[in-house]
Amino acid sequence: MAVKGFAKFVAKRVLTIFLVIVIALYVTIFIANMGGVVDEIVKSTIKMEVAMRFRGPEWQRYDPEEREKLMLQEYELELARRGLNQPFLIRSVIYLWNALTLDLGRAEYLTSDTGSRYVRNIILERLPTTVMLFTTATVLNFLINMAVGLYLSRHHGSKLDKFFIGMAPTSVIPGWFYGIFLILIFASQLHILPYGGLVDVEIVKTRDPFLYAMDVLKHMILPLSSWIISAFFLGCYSNRTFFLIFSTEDYVEAARAKGVPPRQIETKYILRPSLPPIITGFALGLINSWSGAIITERVFNWPGLGTVTYAAINLFDSAVLIGVTVIYAYLLGATVLILDILYGLIDPRIKVQYGR
Amino acid sequence: MENAAAEYSIKGILKQLLTYKSGVFGISLLVLLILISVYTMITIPYSTAIELWRGGENVWIENPRNAQPTWIRYLGKNLPETIKRDSTQAGRVGTIKVLTPIPERNMKLLHISFSFDYEYDDFPSEINIFFTSKYNTSAPLLRIYWIKPSGTKINLMTYIPRSQEERLSLSINPTVSNRLYAYTVNVLGGEPQVPLLVEQAMFAMEDETMNSTLTATPMKGKYELIIEGTLYGEDSDVDAKLIVYGKVYGLAGTDHLRRDLTVALLWGTPIALSFGLTASLTISLLQLLIATISGYYGGKVDSAIQRLTEGYMILPFLPFLILIATFYRLDIWILLLVIIVLSVFGGGVKSTRALVMQIKEYPYIEAAKAYGASSKRIILLYIIPKILPPIVPGLIGSVPGYVFLEAALSLLGLGDPYLPSWGKIIEDSYAGGALYKGHYYWVLEPASMLILTALAFSFLGFALDKIVNPKLREV
Repeated sequence: MAVKGFAKFVAKRVLTIFLVIVIALYVTIFIANMGGVVDEIVKSTIKMEVAMRFRGPEWQRYDPEEREKLMLQEYELELARRGLNQPFLIRSVIYLWNALTLDLGRAEYLTSDTGSRYVRNIILERLPTTVMLFTTATVLNFLINMAVGLYLSRHHGSKLDKFFIGMAPTSVIPGWFYGIFLILIFASQLHILPYGGLVDVEIVKTRDPFLYAMDVLKHMILPLSSWIISAFFLGCYSNRTFFLIFSTEDYVEAARAKGVPPRQIETKYILRPSLPPIITGFALGLINSWSGAIITERVFNWPGLGTVTYAAINLFDSAVLIGVTVIYAYLLGATVLILDILYGLIDPRIKVQYGR
Repeated sequence: MENAAAEYSIKGILKQLLTYKSGVFGISLLVLLILISVYTMITIPYSTAIELWRGGENVWIENPRNAQPTWIRYLGKNLPETIKRDSTQAGRVGTIKVLTPIPERNMKLLHISFSFDYEYDDFPSEINIFFTSKYNTSAPLLRIYWIKPSGTKINLMTYIPRSQEERLSLSINPTVSNRLYAYTVNVLGGEPQVPLLVEQAMFAMEDETMNSTLTATPMKGKYELIIEGTLYGEDSDVDAKLIVYGKVYGLAGTDHLRRDLTVALLWGTPIALSFGLTASLTISLLQLLIATISGYYGGKVDSAIQRLTEGYMILPFLPFLILIATFYRLDIWILLLVIIVLSVFGGGVKSTRALVMQIKEYPYIEAAKAYGASSKRIILLYIIPKILPPIVPGLIGSVPGYVFLEAALSLLGLGDPYLPSWGKIIEDSYAGGALYKGHYYWVLEPASMLILTALAFSFLGFALDKIVNPKLREV
């Protein structure tokens, strides 16, 4: 029965999150089309497609003027066929459908590395690098903060503990900001790590996958460090406080009195019940990392979604900007959904609620 | 209970704050920043600031480009300062101007001499001469000579000003460059490995170090620039201003457009403070109000607000902000409004609502309901004052987040188009390759201002947290 209940829980979450994504996309379209931006993108895409159809040799024998007229006719027909000559309210629904199905149109200036002009290709090509860097950063942060937090909670009141408490306020400084300093020290002054980017051109030329992976790792050191430093003190401090609060619960005291070994107390009595809120913290960290990515990538020139966004801002490539927002809505929705499911597996209360 | 009430008076909180090291640290930093803001607003009014920052090169033409702050000299090399000589102020140190009419020829002989001592360890960054000429029939013919401390006299060029106001950039003038190359070859007795830049050749020691730009060292001593010429016509006149641009400037140095960075650093302070505080204050208070309504009324209102907050969590905040900022080119205050709208249903609503749910059950609220107080009265007078203190630390602590958000948007090129802010300087420096070229001051100055602001609010927030949440003191 529990499985059925769980499926019900997941289905409900999927529906809610999908609804939020739909709303987010609609708002995006609404914001973007205030100046008729989306209309322009769609029209230029259709115009291009129609023009392509008229490229062939069979059209060459036509008089250019006549061909132009035919093209215009075809274009109008295509607009009508897609229902784009209707009022905005109806058009916006069509746009919403396009966005939901990732039919993002053509970019105005940017192209993907493979030469494609389709926004979807441009963005999907860069998505993996962003996901790779920032998932790694979030996971590393999570593990480090957890381990140090646990250690500090065991030694609370020590000098090290006091030092962490004192340093916690420094974590308001975001990762990208530390990044600037790291570049200054390790790239600009010491010349031991690259300024930014994903991989060295010389390494790509060798066509050796192992060297390639090692070089990507080398390029990841500074961005990762900047995020770890930024979250370090506050993350460890809040985990420590969290564990301390849990370790003073009555049932823990009772277990201690019974003589349960300390290691078992830690894993079964402290870590296990504190897991759900910790997972929430991880989820929030991951969600924050997606947004933080845009600026961190700008600082480190990391070729991911953020760098595409920066390029699109500078070139005023509205199609790409809208596409990025759409992808972000999906990315956030997917993150929240996965963590919801994890949460459901861990938190007994959810099992109980839906198990009945 | 009485004690708790006393704790929450402003005086009481301030007193307690001063017992924490982080509180003292935060308050003193904040006071310093407020003093800087007040000083800035009084000495450099808003319109002047924009004029100075956006006025173009003419405002700052006498400043060196990318000059480091002056105090950097105390840390290392004695870098040159900018040297100015103006012939309209003849008679001052090192400035001589003589106009001698030639009898019965309707002509005049001009002699301008600028001299100065150069005792620095590095070369100047650029050399310009600004001419102001007055003539009616034919333009004056000027010969420009350069005399080094060794006594070597170099004929730099013959110059004819074509208009009333003219700038002669010696550093990029091909004739000057050729003459100096010939002079270098003459000194070395052969071609140099790497030809010197104009300002290097003009100031270099006359030995084998002139062989390359890397080895050349400045010659110390008295330099002289002579402008001689013939002027035609009764009321013709020529004035010149020599500027030998240094490598240091003012308290904060200059950027790639010769602008004095102190203007932007100073103005960034009130902008950052007001932006961060307004954002944090408005958002926190609105969230407080929404959370109270949600928690107090419960039922459908509550569940609607709760679903909305959950939805907000998934909204792509920064991409939305970027989209809006790009399409509508907003100034900083409208941007602030957008940020507020995009954050009203943020995470704060949930935690505050939990507090409201607790307080709702307190006997004094029951009592208020019993004697017939309206919901509005209960919310505004009985619940909000009770939950206000616990949210204050969060409010103060979230100020830096908004300050950095503004900087981040500036870094993406989406900041206010006119106002100088710290984020703008960082963006300029990044675009100008400051980290590659070693112009560290350009990045570090705005960065340290940002850090000071962030730490001030952050430390204050942490100290306040300990005061209003006494539980934290125990663990």
